[in-house]
Amino acid sequence: MSARERAYADPYLAGVALGLVLLASFVFMGRGLGASGAFATAAATTVQRVAPAVASSNAFLATHLDAGGLLRDWLVVEILGVMIGGWCSAALAGRLAVRVERGPHAGVSPRLWAAGAGGAVMGAGAVLARGCTSGQALTGGALLSVGAWLFIAAAFGAAYVVAFVTRGSWT
Amino acid sequence: MIAPLPLDATSRSASLAGALGVGIAFGWCLERAGLGSAPKLMGQFTLRDMTVLKVMFSAIVTAMLGLFWLSWLGVVDLSHVAVPPTFIGPQIAGGIVFGAGMALAGLCPGTSCVAAATGRLDGLTVAAGFFAGVLVTGLAVPLMANFYESGARGAVALPTVLGVAQGTVTFVVAAGALVAFALAGRVERAMAERARKVHS
Repeated sequence: MSARERAYADPYLAGVALGLVLLASFVFMGRGLGASGAFATAAATTVQRVAPAVASSNAFLATHLDAGGLLRDWLVVEILGVMIGGWCSAALAGRLAVRVERGPHAGVSPRLWAAGAGGAVMGAGAVLARGCTSGQALTGGALLSVGAWLFIAAAFGAAYVVAFVTRGSWT
Repeated sequence: MIAPLPLDATSRSASLAGALGVGIAFGWCLERAGLGSAPKLMGQFTLRDMTVLKVMFSAIVTAMLGLFWLSWLGVVDLSHVAVPPTFIGPQIAGGIVFGAGMALAGLCPGTSCVAAATGRLDGLTVAAGFFAGVLVTGLAVPLMANFYESGARGAVALPTVLGVAQGTVTFVVAAGALVAFALAGRVERAMAERARKVHS
């Protein structure tokens, strides 16, 4: 961390602020937050461009084509907002820098392989679970959805098991 | 006026403007908390830094209590808020696979977008991998249609399944969060103490 970078906010303060954003979304939009749904819409749109019949006959992909266009999809626009908001926050705190973040005992190349592979595995999980840490854990958690709390328990349990095996590269 | 406004009563452009605003605020909160950084996020799973638990659980409790009170006051009609549907087997299996991937990646899908937007190439790689994983698994859904659709329970909430009042579950989750926060502080102090002993 360079000397210019400001310290992160208090986690409880950031958490309550995030909760108010989620609450505002429930109240004014009638829905919560999400992330994986935007990727699903991007994936479904890609398949539709290449092989329209495959996309429309696939139960998962077809449901992510309802908006009728990438930039007409609520979650795609929301995720573009996430990137803008994250960039602005980091810019104002002096935290913008091109880098590969990794543990003290991991090289750049292994870190990027783990990042890509981990991302792909998460993608498989998010398709099965119909959501991720945003759409299931945060949103479904606050709405006391049964499936969301099962997802939270399963995801955190599995993450602790894997992190125990790989802890040497992070600590 | 009872919130939320039915989405068909508002224009699509207003809905998308709302999406952009909600997203900006969401991304801002994640970055401020430090959750756009993989080493910070992994602290949760190596027990050194419980920021993930503190942020997520306080966000869940804030939104849950806010919805509970607003609906009690008659300001919000909960029947118009979209509850994610439950699919028992796929969500447990999907959760296990997702959690394993998250610990490998060091970021989740939303935080990988913040990481990528703030110059982290590892975040960009996680997002690219996640896109590929969703694409390939999405294409494979017809091959596992039976499992994918299994355990469907609809938009069911914990109070219904447990047969208790919404207020009771709300209270238990909020109280559970306070206990978790106290334990998180203890674990962080114990791990810091252990690290200090090892290095001295």
